[in-house]
Amino acid sequence: MKRKENSIFDGKILLPALWDAVKKLNPKHLVRNPVIFVTEVGALLTTLQIFRHHVAGESAGYVIQISLWLWGTVIFANFAEAVAEGRGKAQAKTLRNARTKTNATRLDRNGIPTTVSAEELKKGDVVLVTANEVIPADGEIVEGAATVNESAITGESAPVIREAGGDRSAVTGGTTVLSDWLKVRVTAGAGESFLDRMISLVEGAQRRKTPNEIALSILLSGMTLIFMAVILSLRPLGLYGGLFFSITVLVSLCVCLIPTTIGGLLSAIGIAGMDRMLQKNVLAMSGRAIEAAGDVDVLLLDKTGTITLGNRQATEFLPAPGVTPLELADAAQLASLADETPEGRSIVVLAKEFGIRAREIHELPNAKFVPFTAQTRVSGVDWDGRSIRKGASDSIIKFSKGNCPPEVLADVERISRAGGTPLLVADEIRVLGTIQLKDIVKGGLPDRFKRFRAMGIRTIMITGDNPLTAAAIAKEAGVDGFLAQASPEDKLALIRKEQAAGHLVAMTGDGTNDAPALAQADVGVAMNTGTQAAKEAGNLVDLDSNPTKLIEIVEIGKQLLMTRGVLTTFSIANDVSKYFAIIPALLLGAYPEIAPLNIMHLGSPQSAILSAVIFNAIIIVLLIPLALRGVQFRPLGAGAILRRNLLIYGLGGVVSPFVGIKLIDVTIRFLGWA
Amino acid sequence: MNLLGWLQLILFLGVLFLITKPLGIHLYKVLTPGEKPFLGAVFGPIERLFYRLLGIEAKSEQGWLAYTGSMLVFSLVTCLFTYAVLRLQYYLPLNPQKFAGLAPHLAFNTAMSFTTNTNWQSYAGESTCSYFSQMVGLASHNFWSAAVGIAMAAALVRGIARATSKTLGNFWVDLTRVTLYVLLPICVVYALFLVFQGIPQNFQGYTAVTGPDGFAQTIAQGPIASQIAIKMLGTNGGGFLNANAAHPFENPTPLANFIQMISIFSIGSALTYYLGKMVKNQKHGWSVWSAMVILFVAGALVCWWAESHPSHLFGEMGIRAADGNMEGKEVRFGVFNSALFATITTDASCGAVNSMHDSFTPLGGLVPLFNIELGEMIFGGVGAGLYAILIFVVISVFIAGLMVGRTPEYLGKKIEAYDVKMAVLYTLVGAFTILGFTAWGAVSQTAQAGLNNGGPHGLTEILYAFSSGTGNNGSAFAGLTANAPWWDVALGIAMFLGRFWMIIPMMALAGNLVGKKIAPTSVGSFPVSGATFTLLLVGTIVIVGGLTFLPALALGPIVEHFIMTGSAKLY
Repeated sequence: MKRKENSIFDGKILLPALWDAVKKLNPKHLVRNPVIFVTEVGALLTTLQIFRHHVAGESAGYVIQISLWLWGTVIFANFAEAVAEGRGKAQAKTLRNARTKTNATRLDRNGIPTTVSAEELKKGDVVLVTANEVIPADGEIVEGAATVNESAITGESAPVIREAGGDRSAVTGGTTVLSDWLKVRVTAGAGESFLDRMISLVEGAQRRKTPNEIALSILLSGMTLIFMAVILSLRPLGLYGGLFFSITVLVSLCVCLIPTTIGGLLSAIGIAGMDRMLQKNVLAMSGRAIEAAGDVDVLLLDKTGTITLGNRQATEFLPAPGVTPLELADAAQLASLADETPEGRSIVVLAKEFGIRAREIHELPNAKFVPFTAQTRVSGVDWDGRSIRKGASDSIIKFSKGNCPPEVLADVERISRAGGTPLLVADEIRVLGTIQLKDIVKGGLPDRFKRFRAMGIRTIMITGDNPLTAAAIAKEAGVDGFLAQASPEDKLALIRKEQAAGHLVAMTGDGTNDAPALAQADVGVAMNTGTQAAKEAGNLVDLDSNPTKLIEIVEIGKQLLMTRGVLTTFSIANDVSKYFAIIPALLLGAYPEIAPLNIMHLGSPQSAILSAVIFNAIIIVLLIPLALRGVQFRPLGAGAILRRNLLIYGLGGVVSPFVGIKLIDVTIRFLGWA
Repeated sequence: MNLLGWLQLILFLGVLFLITKPLGIHLYKVLTPGEKPFLGAVFGPIERLFYRLLGIEAKSEQGWLAYTGSMLVFSLVTCLFTYAVLRLQYYLPLNPQKFAGLAPHLAFNTAMSFTTNTNWQSYAGESTCSYFSQMVGLASHNFWSAAVGIAMAAALVRGIARATSKTLGNFWVDLTRVTLYVLLPICVVYALFLVFQGIPQNFQGYTAVTGPDGFAQTIAQGPIASQIAIKMLGTNGGGFLNANAAHPFENPTPLANFIQMISIFSIGSALTYYLGKMVKNQKHGWSVWSAMVILFVAGALVCWWAESHPSHLFGEMGIRAADGNMEGKEVRFGVFNSALFATITTDASCGAVNSMHDSFTPLGGLVPLFNIELGEMIFGGVGAGLYAILIFVVISVFIAGLMVGRTPEYLGKKIEAYDVKMAVLYTLVGAFTILGFTAWGAVSQTAQAGLNNGGPHGLTEILYAFSSGTGNNGSAFAGLTANAPWWDVALGIAMFLGRFWMIIPMMALAGNLVGKKIAPTSVGSFPVSGATFTLLLVGTIVIVGGLTFLPALALGPIVEHFIMTGSAKLY
């Protein structure tokens, strides 16, 4: 189950957002966003002008319109932020429902149970949780195994198994035990649990500006200061020529020139980025982690589970000379019937393709199954007077008393070199042939890696296999490099090496021994099924525990940065046309000769200024969907992306307001507003 | 606009292109420790002797604070020195005309002007300054301020090129080597060439003659050629004579005019090659060069067109307008070479003039003014042009860099909050100074006492003066009697802010960049060469840099143009 995607136009979000947008007019809140703060001050100044006009007995209709649109600009910007937050709030509400008040059964040192409220639990307490009880706090299982429903956190309703020891020993408060019981050592006190952190993250309560957002804010503030200097100097410059520019006009020009579009949408873009991660069921511990994901240029991917399907599978039967494929398939299936490992089951499945129907163990009442032991290193069955075995080549050759045709040995050699695993099948001393076991590379991956290469991202496969096998799989999957026979230390060393060369590294991990590498990586994605240590070390948690998702995480990070970039470019490019709308309007009264500069042929100075102000306000609303959804992501090289975005948002940003302002001018004159 | 003009423009661009690489390589060798530049065998011993005498540790490098601090101390000391020379010139030698010392406000303005490579001249050279003042007080600054500019640019380029380092070079070494290996040798040859073209070089007093038409004249002369060489090469622009490069003794022939124009751009152009060589990406250097050429050619064409198409009013007033607007232009240069010179001198922060910008048509005069307000980064002042355009490269890369989906990166270095802050501060200082002083001038009675024209043209004169001062250009729109206490002091402050208060954030940026590691380039890296980058840079310079001044320009030359065409009124 995927988390439900909230539509941008969901009434449940829009209406409260509108109210929030008004509440956010509080200057204390707005001062954090200098561009919009200046707009608000401007709106206030023009509003005061209304009273001045009123006192002077002049018509204030025009000033009222301008100030309404200026307040509108501020409210639209607030609205964008409120909508983005609203989506997070809706999700937080769902999460909060999971945090119902529960009681916990705390065990003291002697194992004597007492019932306490979950809020009283402290780090280090041990609690007993039985079937149908809610786990009261985050913790590490010290004893027991149970099925747990984690849908409150992951949205996934299928139960998962949690057990003491190993990499699946972490449980999350708010999830429910379905069967059996667990003894859990609490690792986070009330208010610090994973669920609490999740709620505050999606609500945006802990949202801090990311480094890149800060840098962009500085640029926007700087531009705002420059334009304020332009406007402030305009009044004395006008006085020199005997022109008196009213406060309303100057404020209008100022608000049009300062980058209100990006200023108004900036925080919405950031919140929406975290939200998009959450839609993918990835929890970002900070906005910074998402940004870093966009910068990553080296991906470390675990082979098992990420690049290949979980286990090796039988892909081919290679009969010995004089043996029919059917005969080999039949023997291989018999030998694997009792083998419950995924490899064994894949042999049974492959044999079916030869028309051999699946036999059940109970159909062979006299059969004696021989399980795999470390001593013999073969498994098989004694049935119907036959003694069939399968196993690694050296073990089977020993079993068949050295009786093995050279053709079979050649097959074994070839399969090994290609990175596969050969298994031999023998009936008594007669070797029947070879089963080829192979890692199956997940569909579509080579293509995906190719797209990454086009974006300048290298993929490195991490595996415990020997270099020969690793090289073969790496080649098949199309990764750019591999680390074979990798220990956690090797992994850490590789990350450090790449970072020293100036690369930014992303990786996924779940085990406790992954924690140091997760912490070292610039982007560490911990699996939700993983240990507490891994989850603490990573800066993103994948609730679906799907290692392939790293790829999508990188795409979301890039999309976030791109959205910021295109809206900044668009906002700045808009200024060109606004100059052409407002400057003729400023001068037309005193110098009618300047009329040819009014290239848009706007109706009157008043309608020109009002049109520019209206365009400036509604462009924010029009761009909210883009800010929340993000620009379309394409796996292209930087040069191609730059050209594309410059054309659409740079050139488009210069041209589109000419059209927009003209249309608004025609409309408001039609309506008789100015 | 005629064929001869087009051919000269192409010739100019061709020659500029050809000298860029060799001069760039020479600059690289001069500015890179351990490299042996041309003439090293001759000047090497002098260089080392110089270090020993002054106790300079040539091998030790400085961080940005020490580097900038050294420059500030050097500039302060030399500024005070020149102030003293100008005040005391009556008592000093080489003063055949027995000129008195300069008034305090004029001496302040002039000392600041030459220290900051502005060479704004509130004084008239031939009637105010002794030969000693010209040669020791002023020409010395022509060398020093040029060398300082190149050193600052080199420090910024090192900041970009070096990975995880702390130091930007040694200011004293850079200053010495640039003067010794670049400026002095070129100027010796250049001055001799100018003497050959007919420029005087002597220590005689002025000659009194009676001309063929019976009028008595005083012919000013002196050690002119030596001063003109560095005035152009170092983009200083301060003339020996008041009429500057329009005077036949400063700019006698079309060939001298051509070489002077080339020399204004030469070091600025070569520095782009130095940039490419330093960052090991020559294409980047040429892309920056191309952006400069695009802006230069655009300006030159607009100015040339405007001056070739004066209003019909000129003809009606009995001014021959068939060849274009010849008011305030020298007949030996004509419309094209006057328009080209005006564009070049304001693209670079030279400020020498061979025609009166005040007499240009409104749009023709708009071009030099707009060039200065863009920040003089079109080749620009020696060094100052490169660091100015690199600030805009940083801003462009930051805005557009996000669009490729990564934290913005310039040549492998991440552009972060601190870098953006310093780049923005740099542009803020320029805009605030120009607009602030102009606004003051526009409403100040004291300021307007110096104006010779009314209407929008008068406003243009004020705007031009403060743009020129802040931009360290030094050319005057003229029409302004600037030698008055208010103007001298206000412009002196503008020059000071426009030089040092812009250098400090620039150097802070260099100091921050030098400590960063360099991420390896891949197809995912932001491209800093090619047509897209060049156009992006041009667009950012025009939209972010230039449009700031559009409202002010609208009230000056733009409105003047429309009044001229619409109401047939001239100012």
